[in-house]
Amino acid sequence: MWRFIGIRLLQAIPVILVVITVTFFLVRVAPGGPFSAEKAVLPEVKAALEAQYRLDLPLFQQYVAYLGDLAQGEFGPSFKYPGRSVNELIGAGLPVTAELGLYALLVAVVIGGIAGVIAALKPNTAQDYIPMTAAMIGICMPSFLLGPLLVLVFGIYLDWLPVSGWGDIPGDKILPAITLGSAYAAYIARLSRAGMLEVMSQDYIRTARAKGLPEWQVVVKHGLRGGLIPVVAFLGPAFAGLLAGSFVVETIFQIPGLGRFYVQAAFNRDYTMILGTTVFLSTLIVLFNLLSDILAAWMNPRLRAQFGEN
Amino acid sequence: MSLLEVNDLAVSFVTRMGTNRAVDGISFSVDIGKITAIIGESGSGKSVACYSMLGLVPMPPGRIDGGSALFEGQDLLQMSEDQLREIRGRDIAMIFQDPMTCLNPFMTIGKQLMEPLLYHKDVSKQDARARALELLEEVGIRDPETTFDNYPHQFSGGMRQRVMIAMALINEPKLLIADEPTTALDVTIQAQILKLIADLQKNRDIGVIFISHDLAVVADIADQIVVMQQGKIVEGGDSEHIFHHAEHPYTKKLLAAIPADSKAPMPGEPETLIAVRNLCTWFEQGKGKEPVKAVNDVSFDIKRGEVLGLVGESGSGKSTIGRSILRLVPVTSGAVDFDGTDVTGLEGGELKRFRRRMQMIFQDPFASLNPRMTVFDTLAEPLLLHGIENRKSVASGVLKLMDDVGLARNFVRKYPHEFSGGQRQRIAIGRALATRPEFIVADEPVSALDVTIQAQILDLMQELGKEYGLTMLFVSHDLAVVRHLADRILVLYKGEIVEQGTGEELFERPQQDYTRQLLSSIPGRALLE
Repeated sequence: MWRFIGIRLLQAIPVILVVITVTFFLVRVAPGGPFSAEKAVLPEVKAALEAQYRLDLPLFQQYVAYLGDLAQGEFGPSFKYPGRSVNELIGAGLPVTAELGLYALLVAVVIGGIAGVIAALKPNTAQDYIPMTAAMIGICMPSFLLGPLLVLVFGIYLDWLPVSGWGDIPGDKILPAITLGSAYAAYIARLSRAGMLEVMSQDYIRTARAKGLPEWQVVVKHGLRGGLIPVVAFLGPAFAGLLAGSFVVETIFQIPGLGRFYVQAAFNRDYTMILGTTVFLSTLIVLFNLLSDILAAWMNPRLRAQFGEN
Repeated sequence: MSLLEVNDLAVSFVTRMGTNRAVDGISFSVDIGKITAIIGESGSGKSVACYSMLGLVPMPPGRIDGGSALFEGQDLLQMSEDQLREIRGRDIAMIFQDPMTCLNPFMTIGKQLMEPLLYHKDVSKQDARARALELLEEVGIRDPETTFDNYPHQFSGGMRQRVMIAMALINEPKLLIADEPTTALDVTIQAQILKLIADLQKNRDIGVIFISHDLAVVADIADQIVVMQQGKIVEGGDSEHIFHHAEHPYTKKLLAAIPADSKAPMPGEPETLIAVRNLCTWFEQGKGKEPVKAVNDVSFDIKRGEVLGLVGESGSGKSTIGRSILRLVPVTSGAVDFDGTDVTGLEGGELKRFRRRMQMIFQDPFASLNPRMTVFDTLAEPLLLHGIENRKSVASGVLKLMDDVGLARNFVRKYPHEFSGGQRQRIAIGRALATRPEFIVADEPVSALDVTIQAQILDLMQELGKEYGLTMLFVSHDLAVVRHLADRILVLYKGEIVEQGTGEELFERPQQDYTRQLLSSIPGRALLE
């Protein structure tokens, strides 16, 4: 078990290193720089600024110095928010984004899971086609379209829910969570449908029916566990994806989360901020993938036994 | 009055391709305290008949067209789903073919065992547990207290089938339906399970329907036998009648398919093709653990043109020996001399050249064929890879192979899933023959097949062996099958050879207890003598 986790963590190091390297050089290849949009400044001031942020060093030395900072857990100072470090900015945005991601995940699992299971019980009937068509639409619909639509219907026409904000008015977290979670709900619906279809055709389901159990017990007690393993394995990448993909929703609903800092940083060529957020998110993705793999393995008694031995 | 009386039962499957009558007006009965066996090959409707009475056939596509099934005077076919459910698992219980897949892998066996009891009867959890432990003891599970909370994968196939049986009996049903309960098991385990079912049935005086494709299996236990073919009962009666006065040609064919004779000894003194010396194949278990000695210091010769039988139960190392000779698993020590060259040391190109001269046929012809390759692709690949045919001549080479293994030429563009098990095994044999090998390892090539098909494939292998001048290592857990085909037989136990000789010698004068035990496990043995 620990060996497995250790190996996976070691494998993550080169992955993250590649992400850092590619991002580091890409942002610098992009035209413009952090200070190029400023009004004309004195050359001395510009030189001082560049010296402060190590921009006067050759590129490769900048890279090595940055890696050194990272090794100490320092993402460096932000170029555009003078006096604030990238660590602080991430620390400020993360709780909001994480909360939003969690609600969205909840929406995705509950709606997607139930829809998928219901569809799998009567395959190729209306009970299957209707939720699966909805899921297909959910996957195709980008959040920048779904968000404004939901706002239009529930915020303006029906006037049931607030149109923007985060934690100011009761109910203002509902629409962002649904907007962000719907695409993932659709994925989970398809995953759980496929998983349940597979499990419900297994011989042990027939055994359960031969015992005379009512159908709902057959599904819940004997079907769900195996059928939902693929969904659990998807949760890690899904949560990481939700965090990374939340900036559109944060922009639509005016939510002060990490995603907005990230997008602004890209426009501003805020090198350290872009890099910091990218490294941070990619580390999270690796970690959540590992977590969900462990959880999915844990649900399977056979794999659990193998883990125990190692 | 009979416990169960089935009259004129008819079941169809309605699909887009049309309506298919799976069970066509069959009638039979089961008496209290008696065993009725239903015999027939896959697709004969024997399982469908039993499942449909209990509402276990999905409808649609299934449809009951008529008839009645009176269980204690009440017609099962007229009952609502709720009424049927009350009977399932309480009055009528089932055991299925494959204990590997029929137990829920995510639930402890204790929980699965108690489930029917807790659902159908008003008992406390403690009482249910006590009852389950009692039953586990009775079906021969050692130390039930500690294994109660184990998962199915922690049991062997035979042990799982015992758990299945305990689960079926926990509510003391009046009728037990056993659907091929021993087909997936080794012969020795099969003999134990058959005895267990017969004992439990006598003690409890319950009725049993025993479904099987193999007449030999039910020879010792069945009171009544009905033989089914294509949805109809072709012959029925008490087992004395079926075994000694069978009239229908199909029944006679089933009887003839029970492998009986020994092969005639080989003439002359042929040269040795393969010499195995002190072969050891051990599998490391990780640090600090004893390696599994799958094959331990085994030596034997295979003569050119000989069929050598390798017999033993699961885990005896018989498959590993075959794989070691072909270098499909790493050999720990020892030598395998193939036509004067030690193959254990070969690498790269040299190994490839030898591989062409040695081929393997596997047990499961479905798993070992690539589902996305047509018969043509499957057979053409080795022909082209080893340069036996070129692009122009490959088509005729493939057709020749298909003729040899008895596959109709118009199947050439079909995929594996479109074939029956026997046909798939023919494809696999054709693929093995494609490289014109001198030596073939056949690893349980007929274990997954129905008996009548089994006999056909064995005949085919015998013919091809002669035609191609093949030397063969025939691996099987079934002594009867090996005796039919092999010139000499090695008996393997825990990775070591315990006895060897011709089929005749082993059957008439077995020297070792283990061989005697294997012999006594052959189903329907009494019938052969």
